[in-house]
Amino acid sequence: MFSRAYKTAVTAPPLLWVAIFLLLPYALMFCYSFWSVSPAQTIVHSWSLSNYAQLLRVDVYWQTLLRSMWIAARVTCFSLLLGYPLAYFLSFHAGGRKDLLYQLVIIPLWVSYLVRAYAWKTILGSDGVLNTLLQYAHLTRHPVEFLLYSPFAVVLTLTHIYTPFAFLPIYAALEHIPRNLVEASHDLGATPGQTFWKVIFPLSIPGVLAGATFAFVLSLGDFLAPLLLGGPSGIMISNIVVSLFGAAYNWPLGAAISLAMLVLVVSLLFFSERLEKKWSFS
Amino acid sequence: MELLVSGDSALVRPPRWLLLHAFAVFAFLYLPIVVLIIYSFNGEGVGGFPPRNLTLDWYRILFADSAIWDSVINSLEVAFAAMVIALVFGVPAALALDRAEFPGKALFRRLVLLPLILPGIITGLSLLMLFNITGTKLSLLTIVLGHGTALISVATTEVFAGLRKLDRAQEEASLDLGANYWQTFWRVTLPNLKLPIVGAALLIFTLSMDEIAVSFFLIGRDNTLPLEIWGRLRRGITPEINAVSTIIFVFSLVTIVVWYRLRERTEGGAEVSAELAETAGDR
Repeated sequence: MFSRAYKTAVTAPPLLWVAIFLLLPYALMFCYSFWSVSPAQTIVHSWSLSNYAQLLRVDVYWQTLLRSMWIAARVTCFSLLLGYPLAYFLSFHAGGRKDLLYQLVIIPLWVSYLVRAYAWKTILGSDGVLNTLLQYAHLTRHPVEFLLYSPFAVVLTLTHIYTPFAFLPIYAALEHIPRNLVEASHDLGATPGQTFWKVIFPLSIPGVLAGATFAFVLSLGDFLAPLLLGGPSGIMISNIVVSLFGAAYNWPLGAAISLAMLVLVVSLLFFSERLEKKWSFS
Repeated sequence: MELLVSGDSALVRPPRWLLLHAFAVFAFLYLPIVVLIIYSFNGEGVGGFPPRNLTLDWYRILFADSAIWDSVINSLEVAFAAMVIALVFGVPAALALDRAEFPGKALFRRLVLLPLILPGIITGLSLLMLFNITGTKLSLLTIVLGHGTALISVATTEVFAGLRKLDRAQEEASLDLGANYWQTFWRVTLPNLKLPIVGAALLIFTLSMDEIAVSFFLIGRDNTLPLEIWGRLRRGITPEINAVSTIIFVFSLVTIVVWYRLRERTEGGAEVSAELAETAGDR
């Protein structure tokens, strides 16, 4: 029903924009990752794999990458542990207050990411809320120092930030489960536990996968929370990239690490999409 | 609907731990926000507990702080321009995905959505390389281009979801009755997409206002608000930052409530929240 001209008119502009501002920059990042920096701090446009070799050879790069993945994995795990039961509660037990509670999960997203991360600093610091309370309760005599400037602080803050992101797709998946399936399971004599594990949970797996992917990918690339709360032991891979693009001035190596991250993330997205398809009924 | 109601009542009462868990998660989500707001009134600065000497001084200092307000204006300008770009390219992109076939369509769909899920650092750095190679000077304009590109995905997902629900018969009727495509677009298609477009616009605006990872790399001489806050955080800060964040929080809260009221009047609450959950899931 739509003419060829119509289709061209709606297709060409976004296609062009995406080509210039997404495809081209990714291609540039790809090129950069094979170039190098001369001692005079200019970019040498000759092609080699030396940046990738360095990424594998220098301990601090791959160790930090692994540590970032470990931090992201913990954040994912905690976000799911917090987000799933909450989504289940809202979807099946909240009754008339469902909409209101749903909004309450979303609202923290409207407070600046930066400011929420900063608020955790107020809570975890050595003269912060938590330490004062601990000392007041005589649970400890001296401030607990590991709370702030540690991987713990980074994991806690990122979990706080990405829990709503894990919650949303899980909640959407649970809301899509036809209630008559749940009812049938009850009528046929299943206990609530059996109904959950045999009916509800399998049907919510696509949502869990989507939520886990969000939490993992977004926390993997984070560099602000580690800078604010991580201290030396909480440094993540993006912090290294930031320094390579800044003071350390080695764009090609930074591009190679970014590209490794991009490939990791895109393949993760690919696999989670495949798995989601496999697990979705209909 | 009948089934839904009886299905709900057929379920047993929630176990107590589930209730406690939900309460604990809400406490966890809101603790930093409560702390943030309380400390914006704290006379003793951002540290220390309990807060002492409650005062409005930080708000007074904030209102006299021109650097903050300049950055707020910059952020508003950036958010508005990014919103225009994202809509101008995102709405046609949704139309293209809904009704045109072209080579590379699957790739295009993925590419458009990618910046929303990719860590901001990758979008920011790849654009930085583009601007560097083309000799573009970094400024608020480069941030606008970054935000616009990253947020096209929001406009596209929202509008695409709207198009899926749209009855094409209306457009067909308009074309049959002699309107051309242009007229049909403006008088039939667009009015039907009003809600998803306004929703996308609000979302893009607020996301851009708070964006920092992409802006971090594309910043020129002028700061956006998050970058101004970032600069101050690193220098050691005062509750002035808490004050400005509290104001923005209240402001976005009011915007959301107004938007919901508007939407509820046209669509009915349950449907709105179901749809929101759906779009969030799509993302």
